[in-house]
Amino acid sequence: MRVAPILDIAGLKTVFRIGGRPVAAVQDVNLTIAPGETLALVGESGSGKSVTSLSVMGLLPKGVGQVAEGSILFRGKAGQTQDLTQLDAESMRQIRGNDIAMVFQEPMTSLNPVYTIGEQIAEPMRIHLGLSHKDAAAAAIKLLADVGIPDPERRARQFPHELSGGMRQRATIAMALACDPVLLIADEPTTALDVTIQAQILDLLQKLQAERGMGILFVTHNLGVVAEIADRVAVMYAGRIVETGTVAEVFAHPRHPYTIGLMRSIPKLGEATALKRQGKPLPTIAGSVPSLIQLPSGCSFAPRCPYAIEACRADVPPLYDTGTGQRSRCIRWQEF
Amino acid sequence: MQEALLSVRDLTKHFKPTGFSRGSVVRAIENVSFDVPRGRVVGLVGESGSGKTTIGRSVLRLIEPTSGEVRFNGVDITKLSAAQMRRHRKSMQYIFQDPFASLSPRMTIGQILTEGLEIQHLGTRQERIQRAKAALAAVDLPADAFGRYAHEFSGGQRQRIGIARALALEPQLIVADEPVSALDVSIQAQIVNLLRDLQIRLGLTMLFISHDLAVVEYICDTVIVLYLGRIMEIAPSEKLYADPRHPYTRALLSAIPSPDPAKARTRQILTGDIPSPANPPSGCVFRTRCPHAAQQCAAVVPPLEEVSPGHFKACIRHDVSG
Repeated sequence: MRVAPILDIAGLKTVFRIGGRPVAAVQDVNLTIAPGETLALVGESGSGKSVTSLSVMGLLPKGVGQVAEGSILFRGKAGQTQDLTQLDAESMRQIRGNDIAMVFQEPMTSLNPVYTIGEQIAEPMRIHLGLSHKDAAAAAIKLLADVGIPDPERRARQFPHELSGGMRQRATIAMALACDPVLLIADEPTTALDVTIQAQILDLLQKLQAERGMGILFVTHNLGVVAEIADRVAVMYAGRIVETGTVAEVFAHPRHPYTIGLMRSIPKLGEATALKRQGKPLPTIAGSVPSLIQLPSGCSFAPRCPYAIEACRADVPPLYDTGTGQRSRCIRWQEF
Repeated sequence: MQEALLSVRDLTKHFKPTGFSRGSVVRAIENVSFDVPRGRVVGLVGESGSGKTTIGRSVLRLIEPTSGEVRFNGVDITKLSAAQMRRHRKSMQYIFQDPFASLSPRMTIGQILTEGLEIQHLGTRQERIQRAKAALAAVDLPADAFGRYAHEFSGGQRQRIGIARALALEPQLIVADEPVSALDVSIQAQIVNLLRDLQIRLGLTMLFISHDLAVVEYICDTVIVLYLGRIMEIAPSEKLYADPRHPYTRALLSAIPSPDPAKARTRQILTGDIPSPANPPSGCVFRTRCPHAAQQCAAVVPPLEEVSPGHFKACIRHDVSG
């Protein structure tokens, strides 16, 4: 039996005002995350993956972006389910950093340069959990040890600029975990890191999730990272989910031409040498991502799709259930 | 041995703290030597602080190396005066990482493409326009791009403009510094294909800088793996990926996330951080993170040794690295 999800996004549409006109950055998004599950939201620039995560956190730029349709049901630590789109700013603040925590791409922008690492990790525990200064400071040191920072007592007294990029990201993860969140939203948390450090952070996130059982919404552009960390994946293109399923299924049998193209265009070690020898080019997806202001009619991917037919340009395809829990927004999914 | 268009010998760059900044000398690159044969592509790969960009910039003397030689067509350009250097520079062009920051928003694409030709006093105005238009065509951009501005183009198209700007001068050497790192995955392969195509068609010689071993495999004939300003391994591309010898190269290859969920999660994870180039470890700079580090690794700087023709590694643990 499937456990009730902690996050259930239904029919989400988020609209941005650009030059006075409303532009849908995200539409028709349905997603669930179960406790202890990692869902990867993957896509290129402008796909809507970050807007989806910002919609969940209630961090859309004020007066510019807002949720226009749909619901975001979230079950917090206390067990009650709330629709996050209906909450006022104060109620959202109670949830953020407490029930839902966030890790962003650039650790330096999430850390305040004038406070010590220890103070910044202790702060959410004082605010949300009511811990005393002394208890929160001790808890912060323990968290730093949990995220694999050597000599945590000394590091807690240091400022962000005294830490390396990888250490800073560990510190922001410690900060996110301070209140034992139900859901961790990680938006490109390893994109700014070197590849050997990225491997460390992915490993750490998996270990922490196994210990704490939180759900993770992992936003990334990197399919390799998805394969490493996620249980399920949702592929986004031009504001819509075009394919979802378990990582094992989607990677073994992608059922949408965009997913297929994206997987082919990732450089795979050893393959390039073979292609070069045969004088063949690297596989690519032709063209570029369409502007959200002028989406093509019908399927947004049709102009770049090698399988596109007339019917693709007529209507936006629905998400077809392939029968194995996988879904594809392609009218020709059965052919793949 | 093929004639080298570019020959770098014992190149060293130390950045000294200046003005109000305190602290020690940053040893960005230390005694780096390599050749780039005419018509070939050599990759410089490494993580942050490996010195890859410092090498790229020193080669064009966009920064002044502390010591060492950079021979271009047999001439040591580190000894040239500014005026002499300017004459050489038209033969050496740079492609930058960020196609948003490297194109002026106030110039038309035509102005951007002809600017270098004007500075070098090449051709008449008509000839310069012709050459710029030919460069646009070479990177598969429409001719009407000539009168438009950079903001009208996508990231991938802007990078094509950056490449066209370099090509317009018909250089002998192109230094491409992370030319696809800022681009989406589906666009990266387009640009790599374009560069490879141009390289073969025009017989270009290229130094291709990247942090990603997977990206350089297709385009490079030879790959140089750097760590903390020193060369760890040099190998013909097909050798490096099939038979990496240096523990760092192996770790770097293993850390690349595999898009195959069945293969994933078997990574070898290096512990610790990349040390600061202001305070590099003694002996082998990689030893603090190397799973095979032995006592003698701290004592001696490992020399680059040839393990097979054209394949060099700097590791004294021959029992491990073969």
